[in-house]
Amino acid sequence: MGKRPPKYSAGALIKHGLTRGDWPRMWRRPEMRSSYDVVIIGGGLHGLATAYYLAENHGITNVAVVDKGYIGGGGSGRNTAIVRSNYLTPEGVAFYDRGLDLYNSMATDLNLNVMFSKRGHLTLAHTDSALRTMHWRAEVNKLQGINSSVIGPEEVKEAAPSLDISPDTRYPILGALHHPPGGIVRHDAVVWGYARGADVHDVHILQETEVLDIMVEGGSGPGGKGAGGKVTGVKTSRGDISAPIVVNCTAGWASLISNMAGVPLPITTHPLQAAVTEPCKVFLPTVVVSGSLHVYVSQTDRGELVFGASVDPVGTYRVNGTLEFTEELAGHVLELMPGISKMRLLRQWSGLCDMTPDYSPVMGNTPVEGYLVDVGWGTYGFKAGPVAGETMAETIATGRNADLIAAFGIERFTEGDLVGEKGAAAVGH
Amino acid sequence: MIIVPCPNCGPRNSGDLRPAGEVVPRPDPSTCSLSEWREYLYMRHNPADWVTETWYCRGGCRRYFTIERNTATNEIRGQEAS
Repeated sequence: MGKRPPKYSAGALIKHGLTRGDWPRMWRRPEMRSSYDVVIIGGGLHGLATAYYLAENHGITNVAVVDKGYIGGGGSGRNTAIVRSNYLTPEGVAFYDRGLDLYNSMATDLNLNVMFSKRGHLTLAHTDSALRTMHWRAEVNKLQGINSSVIGPEEVKEAAPSLDISPDTRYPILGALHHPPGGIVRHDAVVWGYARGADVHDVHILQETEVLDIMVEGGSGPGGKGAGGKVTGVKTSRGDISAPIVVNCTAGWASLISNMAGVPLPITTHPLQAAVTEPCKVFLPTVVVSGSLHVYVSQTDRGELVFGASVDPVGTYRVNGTLEFTEELAGHVLELMPGISKMRLLRQWSGLCDMTPDYSPVMGNTPVEGYLVDVGWGTYGFKAGPVAGETMAETIATGRNADLIAAFGIERFTEGDLVGEKGAAAVGH
Repeated sequence: MIIVPCPNCGPRNSGDLRPAGEVVPRPDPSTCSLSEWREYLYMRHNPADWVTETWYCRGGCRRYFTIERNTATNEIRGQEAS
């Protein structure tokens, strides 16, 4: 515990520059062992954070993180990097606020600059009902000590002068939920930071290692899998690993992995498309979100505008970009900010989202002993990565679901105790 | 772009229709248990493979029909009015 990766500093930069010495690798490529205490499937932000906190907080270091590709190649590298905690349900608010705390101290904890820019977050209301939801969220937030309030169009204009607040538009801006602690983070740096932090503790990061099956015995389903069974390990493209605990952190592919253990999930996989413009002078000082227009915008430190949207309505594992998306996005963004009509899009991409019926995640233990899930992260997985890692590590170490994630268990779907976050987690409704 | 063959309106852009998700057999609400009913409501196979799914032709004939679509490639085969 308490082992920290080396610090990057100006002194070290000069030294390495002058001596032309080998730059130390941020993480190694270890030889796979035949058994581990914990195998985490999915080397994204969630999987790596879970491995890091297992080692750092609980001293469990005989851990492998396996990924079929390279680390951070899925949702962790495709999201729009926004963090905030102004959710709707008390359970959601408490959880995401702990996540924001971890982002606040992350650069120090991981000895790596993750470029957290706490620039504030505006969720625009274009209708009376949206404004009512904003007031609801603000009151829930304030009760839990979160800085969150509803502001009028004039204050919106002050916070983001490029927005069109005239009442003559198709979707006039009636107000906004203002959340000053929100902001954007360099998402790749967060992945690298956790990978480096886990590697220092001798956690094995196994890239290009695809999980082909999860071995379960004694279950009630076909092949001894399913409820009542017990995990014994995983079969991978590089050989078998025996492990008493296997964690599924595979986002868009969560259902495919979970079916290997015989645990069905309430998840459908949808692509979410995003796009970025050419860079320009900084003019947008805050993050702007519009539910009615299905768009969120922020400007990076390089000056590019990053746009995100709602998930594509058709569920699929294909991540093609579509022209419909680009047209709709451009139209909606110009309704908000007519001044940027001459800007050109640089590129667009998409990532896979594991959508749940209530827009809350599915976390913790499952009916198969030793098989845990950290899935259902839909469109909100990035901001939750650190706290998901911390709470999953606690759940693995103690054997019972951590208090912060008690409401997010898989049993809520059979007990009917859903945690409805649609009003605060999505822009597509 | 996904072109969906509506049995009444012919090939249409998927944006003209509403996907209603994979076909899940509906248990009899008067005899099934609460957990069976919730399984029907929430649990999905979500395969990266061929899946039978329902579509609603909201921009045309406003009828429901089923098709088979491969969710890994978005190829479509077969259609049936339902």
